[in-house]
Amino acid sequence: MKNWTKAAVAAIFTSIAVPAAAEECIAPANPGGGWDFTCRQIGRIMTELGVVPDLVQVTNLAGAGGGVAYSQVVNERNDDPNVFIAASSATTTRLAQNAFGGATPDQVRWVGTIGGDPGVIVVAADSEYKTLTDLVEAIKADPSSVAFAGGSAVGGFDHLKVLMTLDKAGFTDIRKVKYIGVDGGADAITQTVGGFAQAMTGDLSEITGFIKSGDVRPIAVLSEERVEGFEDVPTAKEQGIDIVAMNWRGIYVPKGISDEDYQKWVDALKQVGESEEWQKVMTENGLAPYSIYGEDFETFVADNIAQVQKISKDIGLLQ
Amino acid sequence: MEILSNLAMGFSIAISPYTLLLAVIGCFVGTIIGALPGLGPANGVALLIPISFSMGLDAISALVLLTSVYYGAMYGGRISSILLNIPGDEPAMMTTLDGYPMAKQGMAGEALVVSGVASFVGAFIATIGLMIFAPYLARVAFKFGPAEYFALYMLAFCTLGGIGSNNQAKAAMAAAIGLGIAMIGLDKTTGMPRFTFGELHLQDGVDFLVAIVGLFAVAEVFFFIETHGKNSAIGVKLGKILVPWRMLRQTTGAMLRGTGIGFVAGVLPGAGASLGSFLAYTAEKSVARDKSQFGKGNPRGVAAPEAGNNAAAGGALVPMLTLGVPGSGTTAVLLALLLTLNITPGPLLFAERPEVVWSLIAALLIANIVLLLMNVPMVKVFVHILSVPAWILLPGVTMVAFVGIYSLTGSSFDMLMMVGFGVLGYIMRKLEIPTVPVILGILLGNAMEDNLRRAMVLSDGDWTFLFSSPIAIGLWIAAVLGFIAPIFLRSFLKRPPLPETEPKVGD
Repeated sequence: MKNWTKAAVAAIFTSIAVPAAAEECIAPANPGGGWDFTCRQIGRIMTELGVVPDLVQVTNLAGAGGGVAYSQVVNERNDDPNVFIAASSATTTRLAQNAFGGATPDQVRWVGTIGGDPGVIVVAADSEYKTLTDLVEAIKADPSSVAFAGGSAVGGFDHLKVLMTLDKAGFTDIRKVKYIGVDGGADAITQTVGGFAQAMTGDLSEITGFIKSGDVRPIAVLSEERVEGFEDVPTAKEQGIDIVAMNWRGIYVPKGISDEDYQKWVDALKQVGESEEWQKVMTENGLAPYSIYGEDFETFVADNIAQVQKISKDIGLLQ
Repeated sequence: MEILSNLAMGFSIAISPYTLLLAVIGCFVGTIIGALPGLGPANGVALLIPISFSMGLDAISALVLLTSVYYGAMYGGRISSILLNIPGDEPAMMTTLDGYPMAKQGMAGEALVVSGVASFVGAFIATIGLMIFAPYLARVAFKFGPAEYFALYMLAFCTLGGIGSNNQAKAAMAAAIGLGIAMIGLDKTTGMPRFTFGELHLQDGVDFLVAIVGLFAVAEVFFFIETHGKNSAIGVKLGKILVPWRMLRQTTGAMLRGTGIGFVAGVLPGAGASLGSFLAYTAEKSVARDKSQFGKGNPRGVAAPEAGNNAAAGGALVPMLTLGVPGSGTTAVLLALLLTLNITPGPLLFAERPEVVWSLIAALLIANIVLLLMNVPMVKVFVHILSVPAWILLPGVTMVAFVGIYSLTGSSFDMLMMVGFGVLGYIMRKLEIPTVPVILGILLGNAMEDNLRRAMVLSDGDWTFLFSSPIAIGLWIAAVLGFIAPIFLRSFLKRPPLPETEPKVGD
């Protein structure tokens, strides 16, 4: 029986501490989350396409919403050309809010995004609010009449989606907006269907089941164009509010690597993003096309961070 | 009978020699993971996810393997609770209260069998409940808003006195320490970090596994070193394991009550297995006539929480499958697994992917029977793992504890924190302060505070909102009764049963 224990312990060891050879992707969260998904899918497709010579090793380094991985990359692996790190809107949001222990966004190089999860605003099926305009007007009339539920903490991306939308709609007193942060999008839905919150904000992919079952009614999707499979859900833009909030899926690499190595990663990511395998992964997982690479992406990140900082100051999260 | 034909379909998919083999392996690995302190169901399942990917398992095989591990760990947690006084995982914490005293009185075998059967009863009934009621129970979650959850957690804290049998004040102090620790980390309602001192590792708060392993396992090691093993919990003798039919009959009621309470706690997202086993224990104690026996090795104090936590494990699958809302840490990991396998749990899962749901239910039933066989007739196998000489076992336990904690986040900070908790646990045991309420404070404190704050946001700070629904009022009444009743009932109840129970203490 002791052999079994040994085998179990050995299995545990190998699953967490395989020596880093060749290419490595750091997922700043535990197995199963969005960043882990990004690492595993991008890594698998890179290997399948022959972009990298070996299997891409996925390392899970959870903590502080990506902050632990970020500070380790900045401090200890600044010139490692073989590592890339999964990132999303949550990464830049937290960087903008100085939630990574003083780390700044220019301490790494942003490679690109190859897909995005469009933001949505939904209400319960029997809600009196039929359109985004209805909802915005109701908030303008009485901010306390509408509470939003979302899957992130206050100041997190789900909260920001609401605030940015209202900001664009010309509602400036955003501190008055009621928001409760619960554990994930599905939990936020139960609070909305149960009538405790009047609207819910989240990523489209996490709530497709509830939309299809008719428990909730999506009143706006926060993407450039209507999303495939949800053609009857209007965008916020169509309803006159110029807001796009995509939870993008991308990667960054250490700052200290050479320009050639950086370019190598940009090209590799581009190859993945344009591959048929990735298109398949996107449709299966409710992601919409959203690709920006290289220099353009670095500009995108800088703009995004400036925007988040402005809103965060408005709600008092940043001084 | 639509259910039966669905179930038959599930079994036809789930029963193949290969999946049965996976179920047996999963149950075995799960039981060991559960029994080893530091490795609980959540990180056990999380560790196996990459392995199931690299084995290239299809969706159903992967589900069979991982749910077997999940249920196996729920069974296994009790083994080290009873034999070592170290809970193998957090829901098994309540089992230490009576399980270890039983083992010390030479009834380790009985305690293991009773708790094994209780686990089976809890898990089996809960799986059937899942099968029949899942679509209806999903609606229950819609009735629970922040105010109702807050009342539910208040109920748990008001009955806390039930576990500090010797000194209520010390139990209350321990719970306050736990609540204080729960405050560390990112505050969800303002988005600001609290008590983190700029340390990134503290931003997610203190993981209760770190606290459990530190307070129980590491503290045990310190005690062992200090006393050279004389007063240590390690080294309980285990005689022949016979099935104590009489004891099983006596505890049937406790098992069924525990199952009911545990299942309901499991179904409510945000309550979970630990709350299930805790409430099952305190409820059992409050209905029992001989309260003084609890905490001293009452078999019912073993049966109720074990049935409760296993039933909660089954119940927690209800909101996970029908709403996509995980009711516990482990179901959160299972949810992530389902998503990576391209199965999106939600209101349409039962209609759209019946083959997945029903083969999962079939797998759960199979795993349960395998586990009953493994954990009752074959329990000695696992006991052997834990019954090696203390000077080998303790370094082993320490090592596994460190590996398990390291596997949580892959950072050494948690290991240092675990040692810190070990020191705290050592001091608390010296001062005879119970450590169980600390864990409960950490486990429940966060959720309780979050729900209170959410309620206040929703109601613009109007506290009457907390009493605004029938469910909330009912829970408040239960909480108040749970707090006050023992004070008045004690004088009524204490006298008569004492003479009857006295002789039992000795043997």
